[in-house]
Amino acid sequence: MLLSLKDSIDWMNIMNQKIQDNKQYLTKLDQAIGDGDHGINMARGFNEVVSKLSVTEYESVSDVFKDVAMTLMGKVGGASGPLYGTAFLKMSLASKGKEVDQQVFATAVNDALQGIKQRGKSTEGEKTLVDVWAPVVNFFQKEQEVLPNALINCASEAVEESKTIKATKGRAAYLGERSVGHLDPGSVSSFYLFESLAEVLEKGA
Amino acid sequence: MSNVGLVLISHSPKVVEGIKDIITQVIRNVPIELAGGTDHNEIGTSFEKIQAAIEQVYNERGVVLLYDLGSAMMNAEMAIEFSNYENIKIADNVPLVEGAYVAAVESGMGKSLDEVMDAISKV
Repeated sequence: MLLSLKDSIDWMNIMNQKIQDNKQYLTKLDQAIGDGDHGINMARGFNEVVSKLSVTEYESVSDVFKDVAMTLMGKVGGASGPLYGTAFLKMSLASKGKEVDQQVFATAVNDALQGIKQRGKSTEGEKTLVDVWAPVVNFFQKEQEVLPNALINCASEAVEESKTIKATKGRAAYLGERSVGHLDPGSVSSFYLFESLAEVLEKGA
Repeated sequence: MSNVGLVLISHSPKVVEGIKDIITQVIRNVPIELAGGTDHNEIGTSFEKIQAAIEQVYNERGVVLLYDLGSAMMNAEMAIEFSNYENIKIADNVPLVEGAYVAAVESGMGKSLDEVMDAISKV
């Protein structure tokens, strides 16, 4: 795989479209086990991201990721702002001065995962977006060649799996057992992120 | 010499306004700034509001950040990382109302950043 500058911008545009289309759905998921603002927060954040990207000239993928990070940090409001913001900031640093091939990207998503874990003081199995990012990182590290469909399957299975977990982090942790059987909203928005990436890679392939 | 500054961070602007009212009834010689709600004063926290509040109260004695729920802590950490200051501390796992009150009392007596942190850790 090779993620070009244009691909990175397309990725964010597709992601924004998915978030806007599923804003109500994400909010509904968050009302069940969180504070009900995930859809609104993500929709506001990614709307600002695409506005920013559309009026700025970029020279590298790293610069795109940096602006995505800063925008999400400033505009999202809920926990997903610092978490997604940190993820993109780490990806920006990991891809600085480099062509983003699979090896660079695998390192970038892994750095992002470590950043999310550190920022949220979280780990696998706590019913958070970490439960989607961790298997996706593993996927990029071990696959010889990234097939877009396989990426979608990997992320989608991880989201389904999150249903069975009892939340021990974030606002959902206050619900304990009651969180079992529900999808984690952050995991679902992370799924959209990787599904968007797969669609970009599919077009480029 | 100034006293240790306080930044009160909450998901709701009303929460921190109320806490400041309680404190300033008694203590008026401590720099206190608020970072309540999002940029649009909705429920949530704002990394940029926290940064701005730090700038307002910052002095050589240092600053303590106090927060209410999870994501506020993450935004507080980022605001510190993006600032160029060393002597800023987060009151971790400290109840916001009681912690802010004790911090204001201690700071008002001219205590150091470490002494203020020590006092609120016992709240």
